[in-house]
Amino acid sequence: MSFIAKMLDVKEELLELYEANSDTLNLNSSEVMNGFREEAIMQFRKKGIPTRKNEDYKYTELEPVFQKDYKYRFAPKKITFAVDDIFKCDVPELDTKILILLNGWFISDEAQLQELDNGVIIGSLAEAAKQYPDLVGEHYGQHAKTSIDGLVALNTAFAQDGIFIYVPKNVVVAHDIQIINILLDDESLIVQHRNLFIMEENSEAKLVICDHTLSESEFLTNSVTEIVAKSNSRLDIVKMQNEHNKATQLSSTFISQKRSSNVSTNIISLHGGMIRNNVQVVMEEEGCENSTFGLFLVDKKQHVSNHTIVEHASPNCRSTQKFKGVLDDQGTGAFNGRILVHPDAQKTEAFQSNNNILLTDEATMNTKPMLEIYADDVKCSHGATVGQLDEDALFYLRTRGIGQREARLMLMFAFAYEIIGEIKVIPLRDRVNDLVEKRLCGELSRCNNCAMHCG
Amino acid sequence: MLHIKNLHASIDGKEILRGINLDVNPGEIHAIMGPNGSGKSTLASVLTGRDIFEVTDGEITFEGVNLFDLNPEDRSRSGIFLGFQYPIEIPGVSMVNFMKTAVNEHRKFRGQKAMTAGEFLQLMRDKKALVEIDSRLTNRSVNEGFSGGEKKKNEIFQMAMLEPKLAILDETDSGLDIDALRIVANGVNKLKRPDNATIVITHYQRLLDYIVPDFVHVLYNGQIVLSAGKELALELEEKGYDWIKKEVDQVQI
Ligand SMILES: Nc1ncnc2c1ncn2[C@@H]1O[C@H](COP(=O)(O)OP(=O)(O)O)[C@@H](O)[C@H]1O
Ligand SMILES: [Mg+2]
Repeated sequence: MSFIAKMLDVKEELLELYEANSDTLNLNSSEVMNGFREEAIMQFRKKGIPTRKNEDYKYTELEPVFQKDYKYRFAPKKITFAVDDIFKCDVPELDTKILILLNGWFISDEAQLQELDNGVIIGSLAEAAKQYPDLVGEHYGQHAKTSIDGLVALNTAFAQDGIFIYVPKNVVVAHDIQIINILLDDESLIVQHRNLFIMEENSEAKLVICDHTLSESEFLTNSVTEIVAKSNSRLDIVKMQNEHNKATQLSSTFISQKRSSNVSTNIISLHGGMIRNNVQVVMEEEGCENSTFGLFLVDKKQHVSNHTIVEHASPNCRSTQKFKGVLDDQGTGAFNGRILVHPDAQKTEAFQSNNNILLTDEATMNTKPMLEIYADDVKCSHGATVGQLDEDALFYLRTRGIGQREARLMLMFAFAYEIIGEIKVIPLRDRVNDLVEKRLCGELSRCNNCAMHCG
Repeated sequence: MLHIKNLHASIDGKEILRGINLDVNPGEIHAIMGPNGSGKSTLASVLTGRDIFEVTDGEITFEGVNLFDLNPEDRSRSGIFLGFQYPIEIPGVSMVNFMKTAVNEHRKFRGQKAMTAGEFLQLMRDKKALVEIDSRLTNRSVNEGFSGGEKKKNEIFQMAMLEPKLAILDETDSGLDIDALRIVANGVNKLKRPDNATIVITHYQRLLDYIVPDFVHVLYNGQIVLSAGKELALELEEKGYDWIKKEVDQVQI
C-alpha cells in the first residue's frame, strides 16, 4: 500500500503529492490530525520550502536536499525482522522504557498505545489521536502553528504518526523514557513524524531521544515536536543526533511552559550530513525555568544549524541558552539565538552564549544573537565567540610533555564537556562523553553495536 | 647541562634577546634578575619552545642535544620544566587528568610502563604534601579559579610531579605572601639534587633569602650585562637597577 513518488520541482511536486494522497492520508488518520491538513497545505503553498532569502535560513540551504530523489511512504513498510536483532542501544545501565520509531512509524511488539499503572500513556501518536481525541486535540497544532514556517506547514499536512507521551498530574516517571528514531530503507526516503508530549501539573520525566540511520540510503527527516509543560512540571530531554553523511534532519521543537515549570533540552549533534534544529520556547506564565543547550561537531562537508527563540511572555522567568560547536575540515555551522522579553515580563533573567572552535581555515561558523527586550527590569546577557584552540593553553600542556595531538584533543574535549556535563542521566552522560571523545579523535562514532555499517 | 651561546630572538621583527650567553651545570642554582621588559620571560619561552618567538641567531644545547631540534613536549620529556609567570587556566581539563597524562607521557618517553591508578594517586599524595597544596585545588580544572598564589603553588606541584633536570621558575615569587613564598621556596629546595639545576627568574631579592643562588645574572635590554655571586642580589636590592642601566647605556653610547 506504499505509495512512491519522485520529486522534481520541489514545492509543486509536494503539493501534487498531497493532492494525490489526501484521501489516503485522511482515511488512515484520525480527525484531530486531519483537521489541520487543509490549512497546513494552504500555508505550505504560500510559503514553500524556506530559501536562503529567508533571514532564518540564510546559512542553511535546503533546496538541494529537497531536490534529491526521495520516496514517500504513506503506510509503514512491512518489516520482516525484529528491530532488537539489528539495533541494541548499548548505553550500559540505562534503565529505560524504550519507544521505537521506524522511518517515523511507531513499532512495538505490544499495543500501539500503552496506559501504564501510574496513568502514563505512551506510544503511537496516530493511535492516541484515535483513542484520546480530546486530550490530543487540546494541544495538537496549538504550539507548532502552520503559519510559522513552510517546514511546520509541510509536516502538519503530511504527518501521520510519531510519539505520544502523557504524564498525569503528580506522577514522577521513575524510568527514563528513550525514543529511538531509526531510519532504515533500501530506498531514499522522506520521513515526517510528529510528536506530542504533555506534562501535567507537578509531573516529572526524563527523555532520551536517539536518532540513527541504519541503511546507506539518503534520508530527509522533517519532524515537529510539541511539548506542553504545565504548572510545576519538570521535563529533561537529551537528544542525540547520530546519522550518516547522506542524511538530512530538520527538527522543529515547540515548548510551551506554564507556571513554575522547568524544561531543559540538550541537543548533541554528533554526526549527520545536514542538521537543522529549531527550538522555540514560550514561557507563558510566571516562575518558569528553561535551559536550552546544544553541542555540535562537524567535519567534512557537514552542516549543523541551531535556531532558538526563547520567549519570556511572563514575569520572573529564567532562561539559559548555551550552544557550542567544534568545526573541522570544510564543516559549516550556524547559530541564531533570539531572546524575546515581553513588556510585562519584569524580573526576567535570560542568558545566552554560543562558543565555537574552528579547527581549519576552511570551516565556517555564522553566529547571530538577537535580543528583543521590551521590559525594563531584566537581567540579560549574551555572548558569542568563534575562534581557534587557545594557543597559550596548548603550549602550557605541551610544556608538561603532553604531545600536540593529545593536547589539542584535551582542549577540544574540555570545551565540549561544558555541554555534556549538563546531562543529568549519568550513564548517558558517560556514554555521550565517550562518543564525543571518539568522534573528536576521528574514530568511528557509531553508538550501537548494530550489524549494519552505513556510510 | 645547558649551554646558551649568542642567543638572538625576536617577535614580530622586534629583537628581544640580543646575544645571551649562559652556562648552567648540574647542581647549580642561577638567578636571573632585571627590570621589567628586559626579556626574562622571553628567554624562558625560547628555552621551552614557544614558536611565536623567532630565533635569529645563536645556539642552545641541553645535555649535548640541540634544543631547536626538539618540540616543546620533547623538551619537557627530556627534563626541562617551566614554571610560568602567568599560569594558564584551562577550564574543563581536570588537574588529575592533566597530570596523569603528563606523567605517563614522560614515562613512555623513558620506556617505562604507564602508572597504575593506585601508583598515580600515591604519587599525587606525596607531592601534594611536599608543596602543601590543598586537595581542593587538585580536584579542580587546571588553574581555574585559583588565586595568584595558588597558581604559583600549582606550578611547583607540577614540577614536583615531573622531577625535571632543569627547572626554570619565572617570577614564581611574585604575588605571594610570605607564607606562600616560604612554602614555594621549601618545595624547590626539597626537590634540589646534585644532578639537577634551577634557573630562578625574579624581580626581588626576597626569594633569594630562601633559595640561595650560586650565580646571579642581570638581564637588561636582551643581554646579560652582569654576572656575580649571591651578593649581587643584595646589592641590587639596595641600589635598584638604575645604576646598571646607566652604566650599560653609557657604554653603548
Ligand atoms: N607576545 C609578545 N608580543 C609582542 N611583544 C612581546 C611579547 N612578549 C614579550 N614582548 C616584548 O618583549 C619584551 C620583553 O618582555 P619579557 O620577556 O616579558 O620581559 P620580562 O619578563 O623581563 O619582564 C618586552 O618589550 C615585551 O613588550
Ligand atoms: Mg616576565
